[in-house]
Amino acid sequence: MKFGVVIFPGSNCDHDAVYALSGNLGQSVTEIWHESEDLGDVDAVFLPGGFSYGDYLRCGAIARFSPVIRSVRNFARMGGLVIGVCNGFQILCETGLLEGALIRNRGLRFICRTVDVVPGTSNSPFTSNCRTDRPLRIPIAHGEGCYIADDATLDRLEAEDRIAFRYHGENPNGSRREIAGVLGVGRNVLGMMPHPERACDPAVGSSDGSAVFHSMIAAAEAARALHAA
Amino acid sequence: MQPEVAERFAAEQGLTRQEYQRVLERLGRIPTLTELSIVGVMWSEHCSYKSSRLHLKKLPTRGKRILVGPGENAGIVDIGGGWAAAFKIESHNHPSFIEPFQGAATGVGGILRDIFTMGARPVAVLDALRFGPPDDPEAGAVNRRVIRGVVEGIAHYGNCIGVPTIGGECTFEPCFSANPLINVFALGVFRRDSIFLGAAKGVGNPVIYVGAKTGRDGIQGASMASAEFDEDSEAKRPNVQVGDPFLEKLLLEACIEAMRTGAILGIQDMGAAGLTCSTAEMGDRGGVGIEIELDLVPQREHGMTPEEIMLSESQERMLLVAERGRESEVVGVFAKWGLDAVEIGAVTGDGRLRVRHHGEVVAELENTFLSDDAPLYDRPRTAPLRTAPLDAPSLPDTGGPELLAALESLLASADLCSKRWIWEQYDYQVRTNTTAGPGSDAAVIRIKEAGVSLAMSLDGNSRYCVLDPRQGTWLMVAECCRNLSTVGAEPIAATNNLNFGNPERPEVMAQLVEAIEGLGDACRHFDTPITGGNVSLYNETLGDGVYPSPVLGIVGTLDHVEAPVGPSFRRAGDTLVLLGGILPGSGDRLVQRFGSSQYAKTVLGRTWGLPPALDADYEAAVQEATRRIVNRGLASSAHDLGSGGLAVALAECCFSPERIGAGVELQTTLGARETLFHEAPSRVLISVAAADIEETVRIAAGTGVEAAVIGQTQKSALSVRFNGALLFEASVDRLYDTWDTAFERLVEP
Repeated sequence: MKFGVVIFPGSNCDHDAVYALSGNLGQSVTEIWHESEDLGDVDAVFLPGGFSYGDYLRCGAIARFSPVIRSVRNFARMGGLVIGVCNGFQILCETGLLEGALIRNRGLRFICRTVDVVPGTSNSPFTSNCRTDRPLRIPIAHGEGCYIADDATLDRLEAEDRIAFRYHGENPNGSRREIAGVLGVGRNVLGMMPHPERACDPAVGSSDGSAVFHSMIAAAEAARALHAA
Repeated sequence: MQPEVAERFAAEQGLTRQEYQRVLERLGRIPTLTELSIVGVMWSEHCSYKSSRLHLKKLPTRGKRILVGPGENAGIVDIGGGWAAAFKIESHNHPSFIEPFQGAATGVGGILRDIFTMGARPVAVLDALRFGPPDDPEAGAVNRRVIRGVVEGIAHYGNCIGVPTIGGECTFEPCFSANPLINVFALGVFRRDSIFLGAAKGVGNPVIYVGAKTGRDGIQGASMASAEFDEDSEAKRPNVQVGDPFLEKLLLEACIEAMRTGAILGIQDMGAAGLTCSTAEMGDRGGVGIEIELDLVPQREHGMTPEEIMLSESQERMLLVAERGRESEVVGVFAKWGLDAVEIGAVTGDGRLRVRHHGEVVAELENTFLSDDAPLYDRPRTAPLRTAPLDAPSLPDTGGPELLAALESLLASADLCSKRWIWEQYDYQVRTNTTAGPGSDAAVIRIKEAGVSLAMSLDGNSRYCVLDPRQGTWLMVAECCRNLSTVGAEPIAATNNLNFGNPERPEVMAQLVEAIEGLGDACRHFDTPITGGNVSLYNETLGDGVYPSPVLGIVGTLDHVEAPVGPSFRRAGDTLVLLGGILPGSGDRLVQRFGSSQYAKTVLGRTWGLPPALDADYEAAVQEATRRIVNRGLASSAHDLGSGGLAVALAECCFSPERIGAGVELQTTLGARETLFHEAPSRVLISVAAADIEETVRIAAGTGVEAAVIGQTQKSALSVRFNGALLFEASVDRLYDTWDTAFERLVEP
């Protein structure tokens, strides 16, 4: 499977995503510069963490106007898999591909900690390999990860089974309804604050995050098989 | 210019009357304002090390793995596999007191530039912090504001630029209330064959300015760091620089990419004294001159004078010399990252720094005059300052309940409690190479490309040093090496930050010299040459100075990329072995030495006597034994004994997520209090599976080290029996809660 990892000025988890996907999971990875509108022949787009364009104004607010995001939007509209982690999640919310917004953590401090998250559904190309009764140990590292949306939106997300992950045990940032990740309307776009790419290697603490990527790989293979048929 | 005007201006630049005379004699004319500004800052304590240079020569700087020693932006060591590591520590003490957030943030920014200016990609930051007590009856509120600001500043800069902050230490004394110490260590890695130096080369080659525009911020920051504070220090807030980590991230990526073009011949960051220091040093190191035109310097404010441009400490700027004809390759890379890259001058053959403004020469000085000929003072010194009594007070007897209460108050003290509140604000995982992060004895990152790991530890004990600077410094080196040994790493090289008061006071100068001499001897003994560092003097406000506070960072190597052994117990039923024994050495003057312990400070509220005794050869043997045992995979856990002694170390070992406890049985002729809380060095507590005990003891014996079996790990309780009788039993959960939540309560009451 071929992943495209987008690099904005200020991205700083791009390297980690590339290493996890290629080094730990053996997939093909291409880097996509923010000024490029050409995503190439990727099967999935990864928007990494960091501080795109310095995150001046508001996290992800400037990135949404970048040339690459125009292409990512089209790619998603065509059903392509898009995963945004941390700053990537913030960008996806700013672009409108995902509902809701991310504001400063309750407590107003940056938090780096490995937390438990439970998949809210296994009915998605990102969580099909996960069990909803088994928490995953995945790190968070953010200052603005408190997920908010109005009640109607939250009710709709729940009704449509689009809560991808919830914090388990403790809610580190005050997110509404313990939400750690959500799916887009078409279920092919995922935004999540925890970093699955940091949890693909037992040497650095956990390999639970690889379940997300294994799910994506399975989905891409299924799509290819369908296409071939 | 009138001679009186020049003389007054010289004094404002911090030059003494004698120093000004020296300038007059050398130039044979009255210097210009720009020249006086340049000389003033280059001869400041901060840039010239004029009080310490004479003594710093006593430090060992050579070794088989040292590729670049002191004098460059950072030291470089060979880590094997064709790879090298650049590392250095630097202080940002003065700015952080004036403006905690920006002072600390730009401290991180500055040390990171020192690393990537050499071509290395920064991969780790550690910080050593000293504050006034957060619960100080008078200064508590100010101290808490400084603590919060400094931690947020470090987090802001490090997190944004994407370099993990993986460890450090933080302790508290009243003397740091008005003089906090913020020492930041950074390390970067690169291939051995792609080292860049800060030397200008090749007459006629272009001198290129890259990065942020120059503003009026940070002017005379270096001079500020070379004087004491007084009531008017608040007015120095504009002297503190403002950092932009996003810009530095771009600068980092652009520099590393531009270096790959092969068109860059020399490069140096603009830190203290900005454009002045970078042009003078690059010319000096290359044995050439540099001529620049200030009109070409990108400026973000109108009407800046030549002095302001030359002294500005605006952040995120670099100076480089490129090969003539290949400028466009360099400029092209910076343009890709949206950064200014402007030719502001050229390399000349005359060994001078020549500065033009609107075409006119406003300064012309020989490089050697600014560097080699800078003043060098052998400042008078007496005996080190000492205020604590030498003799021990009479201590009341204590029983088990009092000793347990003492343990709890130590675990809840600002010095020893968990610093999770601090380190969780740092992204310690980014780059996914952190195999031992905050809370470990030594922080460890894997260098996948080289197939090795690097261990790092920062240490310093100001309380030991104020009682005996030489011995305190020896103990610091020993502890730092011991910390690395607990993860199995071989210490290879060191960087030091010497934080002291006013060197013009003979009793302070004596502290500095004793510490440097102790550092030199200890680093020779443990074979950890000093590759560079920083001296921060004048840490005084209104005449009250800091405890002598040397801080040491040591780097060690591990020949694997797996997660190392950690400090906490792994399972019930392992045997506890205290390598080094309950009291290494003769126990000479134990009660007098107990006065330097954390117990004396926290529980008894007083300090006396001397730091612990150290048998340096035995210490080295303990470290060797520890490394062998750990690297053979015999230890389930390994933890150094430090502040708080055996009792605190035992408790800390219980604080794994599983909260494994320990049943300890101590047999000794010492008193219970001394046994539990004395801080004699050369001790490491390990837990070992039953099957591995025999070999563990055999390795220890082979290195001449005592391996005292003191009990077993068990479920959920820490119990201590002393000469056959139960002293106390405590719930690990309860001890953990005390330890884990104390800091938040102290900082956010």
